[in-house]
Amino acid sequence: MAITDDVLVIGGGIAACTAALSAAETGAQVRLLAHKKSTLRQASGLVDVLGYAGDDGPLANPYDGLDELPEGHPYRIVGEDGIRDGLRLFDEAVGDAYRGGHTDDNALVATYGGTMKPTARYPESVASGLVSASGDMLLVGFESLTDFDAPVAADHLEAAGVPFSVRGVSLPFPKTFRADAKLTRFAKALDRDESVESGTVRSSLADAVADELDGETRVGFPAMLGDDHDTEVRDELADRLGVPVFEVPTGPPSLLGLKLEDMLFDALDEAGVRISSGNPAVDFEADGDRIETVLVDQKSRMTPYEADQIVLATGGLVGKGLDSDRAHVTEPVFGCHVPHPEDRYDWSEPEAFGDHEFARFGVVPDDELRPTDADGESHFENLRAAGGVVGGAHVAREKSASGVSLATGAVAGRLAGEDATQ
Amino acid sequence: MSDAETPPDTTPTPGEQGEDDFEPVEVFPESTEMDLRPGADNCYKCTSCDVSCPVAEVDDEFPGPKFQGPEQWRLKRKEDASVDDSIMSCSNCMRCDDACPSGVPLSQMHNTARGEYVDEDMDKLSREYIRNRILANYGTLAELGSMFPRLTNAIMGNSLVQQINEKVLGITAEREFPAFATQTFREWWNERGGPQVRSEDKRVAYFHGCYSNYNTPEVGKAMVRVFEEFGYEVVVPKQRCSGTPMFANGMLDDAKRAAGINAENFAGLIPEGYDIIASCTSCSMSLRQEYPELFDIDGLEDISEHTYEAMEYLRIHEDLDSALADASVSEQSFAYHAPCHARNQGLDRQAVELFRDLDGVTIEDVGDSCSGISGTYGWKEEKYDKSMQIGADMFDHMEHADGNVGMTECPTCSMQMEHGTGYDIKHPLQLLEEALV
Repeated sequence: MAITDDVLVIGGGIAACTAALSAAETGAQVRLLAHKKSTLRQASGLVDVLGYAGDDGPLANPYDGLDELPEGHPYRIVGEDGIRDGLRLFDEAVGDAYRGGHTDDNALVATYGGTMKPTARYPESVASGLVSASGDMLLVGFESLTDFDAPVAADHLEAAGVPFSVRGVSLPFPKTFRADAKLTRFAKALDRDESVESGTVRSSLADAVADELDGETRVGFPAMLGDDHDTEVRDELADRLGVPVFEVPTGPPSLLGLKLEDMLFDALDEAGVRISSGNPAVDFEADGDRIETVLVDQKSRMTPYEADQIVLATGGLVGKGLDSDRAHVTEPVFGCHVPHPEDRYDWSEPEAFGDHEFARFGVVPDDELRPTDADGESHFENLRAAGGVVGGAHVAREKSASGVSLATGAVAGRLAGEDATQ
Repeated sequence: MSDAETPPDTTPTPGEQGEDDFEPVEVFPESTEMDLRPGADNCYKCTSCDVSCPVAEVDDEFPGPKFQGPEQWRLKRKEDASVDDSIMSCSNCMRCDDACPSGVPLSQMHNTARGEYVDEDMDKLSREYIRNRILANYGTLAELGSMFPRLTNAIMGNSLVQQINEKVLGITAEREFPAFATQTFREWWNERGGPQVRSEDKRVAYFHGCYSNYNTPEVGKAMVRVFEEFGYEVVVPKQRCSGTPMFANGMLDDAKRAAGINAENFAGLIPEGYDIIASCTSCSMSLRQEYPELFDIDGLEDISEHTYEAMEYLRIHEDLDSALADASVSEQSFAYHAPCHARNQGLDRQAVELFRDLDGVTIEDVGDSCSGISGTYGWKEEKYDKSMQIGADMFDHMEHADGNVGMTECPTCSMQMEHGTGYDIKHPLQLLEEALV
């Protein structure tokens, strides 16, 4: 016996969640098999589709750039319909917590480095800080939270020529914590509105920021304005300041990413998707070109999981869906073919932000997203791939990581579900 | 790899490749001690572990798992630096292991650092050391106490004794000491004459641990009856504590002694076709992960590879879904809490998944927070309030859930659930017994 489902999705990020939701829509019994806590908690919480393509960008409309993408790019396989289906699944999963669905156009969101990221969907708390909207901006950072340097971020935005003025200030947080206190500690203090000498954390913070306001019509903070009571925190600050308040997405620990993770996993629960997490899929048993069992390393002992259809959504080099040593790049679970130059010095460019070959490493999908071997034949008839493990996209340059995950997840999940239930 | 068709462009594994054309340089002198450096080097300071730490969330003085693991490891490389005493505030819930995206062996680092701190820096005559030693060796205490269970229960339930425990030993007076059963599991087992089913090919050895032996023998009995119903021969070897409370208190010598005895009594059964079954998820965690991580004793690797949590075993080896589909129980409604140690073994959702469709049962997961007791942590007088703060989310969710009976696999989570809500708490095996036996 083994633990048995119709569709087994391996992975825990946005591609895996989308594939599972998509497969569940077909009526299939789906299981998500995740190794660790989702990598969504390391992500900004922004959902991009396509910001740059070829020499074009930032793109006002991501769909305008699809023709510029190279042959073999995942978007060329799933097409505009696939992208739209991925966004539909996302919108249904997160509901009102995200904005951007009213238009095809990209929004420009200020990052905590002061760059502008073309983004298709963004958390509601980010909305009033869009660079693509007008209104002078005050960015507030905290001396003890060194990741976000508000004056530097403001200078970057000004230098990029935004059509409004931006100013950044660093303030002491109203309450003092240990020197290496976590971002979440600040968020909790705001959540609970803890008391401080001059009142409460929220009121003291608003007072300090009000002293700095000089005609700006919106105020941005690093994304730490509350955890469980974030809307309440933001509303109170906006109310006290008399201008809208927004959050600037941060790196890990990313509260926006954590919240997105919660929303997607709640949606999985609601869709009846079963979830097994905590252990990696490492091996499999097959009969000819059909995978019969996926083996999970459950603390050095293998547990078999059986399914009719499998979706591989384990991520790229960072997510460990791809592995590399000094000579080879491999896909470690099923041994799928990952093309790469023989000489590893050809894997990267000398410039840090160059057009690196390694960024496009991944499995090569056929037109139904089945990974193929060196001859272009699919490895297994019941294995599909989605997200970062799929090669052909330079998601960091294109600003397409979330979109590729959503689109390939939606299509791979639907096809797997249909095959399993037909 | 498997018996699948080999992909044409197959590449050698990293290990083989290394031997071919890459000569690693030996930078550090060879050492016979456990080398955690590669683990420390894997940390890229994303702080995901800190965010997942239930103690750091309520204890502003606790620097969190990233410090306790990779950072502390580096700091104590210096000759004159010893392990920071904040390591004693780690509750060993092991949630950081599950949060790390980079394979840092955080709990292993914590366990070794804590062991080193207790060995080298803790005053062996201090109240804290004596108290921790007593708590860590609960099994020995329980063995004595359960010789005269009624008398012990009366004494331990006496509020004056509880006050003395708190004042003299630093064991909180807020908690009710768990009652000892009038008949231990092993006494019951011997009275019934051992195994009632014999089998050549379906054999399990039960690791009952301390709690289901001395305090909740009904859990152990349920395990035996369910497995015998499925045709398994159950044996119950002599055993010591799994070591979990000893790891959490840095008593690694005690834990190693116990592990040695358990290895002696269990490892020999594996070649005879026995798998090891635990009903407590901390016991199975210890046998599977901590034993091979911390001790070099013959048989521990074998034990690790053949240990299962009870329901997990049945899910893999029997058609539990079908068995439950044909079963029904009287109407009952549960608020289920997944123990932290069940999470790391990937078992946190199986009870809800299995019982959701069982006729007569409604079951609801009360969320992913830690219960806060973490074995001995919540028994310490100075940790009690923090323990209750950590548990607040769980209590709240339990009260909002439809169920008015709690369910969990972990004995100390169950104490905390009962303490915070007044609910009766059941083990999933007890419901399985009701449904199938």
